[in-house]
Amino acid sequence: MAEIQANMAGTIAEVLVSENDSVQPGQDVIILESMKMHIPIQSSHDGKVKEIKVKSGDFVNTGHVLLVVE
Amino acid sequence: MKSEEELRGQMETIKKGGAEKYHIKAKERGKLFVRGRLKLLLDDESFAEDGMFANVLDGKLPADGVVCGVGKVHGRSVAIMANDSTIKAGSWGWRTVEKIVRIQETAVKLKVPLIYLVDSAGARITDQVEMFPGRRGAGRIFYNEANISGVIPQICGLFGPSAAGGAYIPAFCDVTYMVDGNASMYLGSPRMAEMVIGEKVTLEEMGGAKMHCTTSGSGDMLCKTEEEVIDAIKKHLTYFPQNCDEKPKDIEPKEPEFSCDDLENIIPKNENVPFDMYDLIKRIVDRDSFLEIKKIYAPEIIVGFSRIGGKSIGVIANQPKAKGGVLFVESAYKAGKFIQLCDAFNIPLLYLADVPGFMIGTAVEKQGIIRAGARMIFSVSQATVPKVSIIVRKAYGAGLYAMAGPGYEPDCCLALPTAMIAVMGPEAAVNAVFFNKIMELPEEERPAYINKLREDYRKDVDIYKLGAELVTDGMVAPSELRNEIINRFKKYESKDYHLPKRRHGVIP
Repeated sequence: MAEIQANMAGTIAEVLVSENDSVQPGQDVIILESMKMHIPIQSSHDGKVKEIKVKSGDFVNTGHVLLVVE
Repeated sequence: MKSEEELRGQMETIKKGGAEKYHIKAKERGKLFVRGRLKLLLDDESFAEDGMFANVLDGKLPADGVVCGVGKVHGRSVAIMANDSTIKAGSWGWRTVEKIVRIQETAVKLKVPLIYLVDSAGARITDQVEMFPGRRGAGRIFYNEANISGVIPQICGLFGPSAAGGAYIPAFCDVTYMVDGNASMYLGSPRMAEMVIGEKVTLEEMGGAKMHCTTSGSGDMLCKTEEEVIDAIKKHLTYFPQNCDEKPKDIEPKEPEFSCDDLENIIPKNENVPFDMYDLIKRIVDRDSFLEIKKIYAPEIIVGFSRIGGKSIGVIANQPKAKGGVLFVESAYKAGKFIQLCDAFNIPLLYLADVPGFMIGTAVEKQGIIRAGARMIFSVSQATVPKVSIIVRKAYGAGLYAMAGPGYEPDCCLALPTAMIAVMGPEAAVNAVFFNKIMELPEEERPAYINKLREDYRKDVDIYKLGAELVTDGMVAPSELRNEIINRFKKYESKDYHLPKRRHGVIP
């Protein structure tokens, strides 16, 4: 099981996957908006999305868990 | 009286290092014997060793666990300190320390680079009074490292542990190249941490090469093998002169694999959309010439040695693909140290700016982002080598200053057509200045009004206007970028510029 975390503070612009979707390492799973930039967040692991912990518009800080891959 | 035969036999014994079982153990871990490392690093028959007979009467501590001397790498003299981990785990007695101190003195007298091949468990506690506290004790090693820093290049290859005090050897060097899995740096071992503070961790978590190359920033390259570390040291040397009084030598230029012809299509027009800065770098620097350091630490800024038109340069580039290219505490430290290193050894600097600014928010304020930014900008300000600043896309706020914008005495600041220089981007600026006015309008009228304000803002900071006002020194077509930079660095070769005389600045 792997937790995908925010690598910087910002607002969730878009969640690109749904629960139970298969993801691969390096695949963009969430777009964070921060400092007026689009920051793609990638999965670090191979597996299925078990849980999505954020929605569009949420503020997150560095280290905040965005989703869980199993 | 000793015979020559006896002497030769004694020397052979010393050169064998420690007991056979330690050689076997090292081999199992993929480690070379210290003299094997020197063989890979140095030109054949070039090594003149000092202190080989240190502690010879003891019989069990040949050379007292460290090999020191002067050799050649690709025909250039270098001084060497190399721990022998087969002798009491490479630990330091007083003679070990004295040999290290002497080779530092030698290196600075000869004005040649000093290479530390580190693989040592640290001090021999049983010998502490002789080797730890005194005038020529271990503290002297770091005193010397600090004071010869910037006089001669100091490079560390880390092949095993550098424990407790010994961990400061890599820390004071210009760069440290590490072997993944074997190299480690830590003040307190996991065993000591468990005893003293109650923390239970593995050695790898505490101070492994991967941790230092990704998280602490103490490692400059994570290498798979010892051979890779030695190759990196050899390549590193090629960008450097022997000492601070010399300039790096030019070599035959090599055309890049990709040309700048399609550069315009690679840089997105919308400044909010990331792109990969490596695609730009590989189109402008000489082929196979980029030696990137701290690649996996703070990847939002890219730093590395390179060649352009055969000339050695240091590249500092924002990476919009990582964290939007925003500058953080870590990236500011990474870039600041790199700039100082290049400036110390007359290596010209190329800045490639695409930066939204320094990160904001409570998290980074608590980490001291202002101080970290000031430190980076301090290094940018102090650098007097030839400096070319290219505004690739946006350069907002203090990001412009940190990337050697016009106020930082670049020899030229040139803009690509995609460049945008401003205190902040249009979206943030309109929101900051006109927030109350926007709110006074009925909701349905707001989007059109906001769009108009943003357009006006864009016009106000239009890149032609900045050229017209002499903010930039000119513009460059993307397809001409490499040629322009080569030409500029040629023109600035004769630069001879000095800052006002003082004892030294006070680094923020």
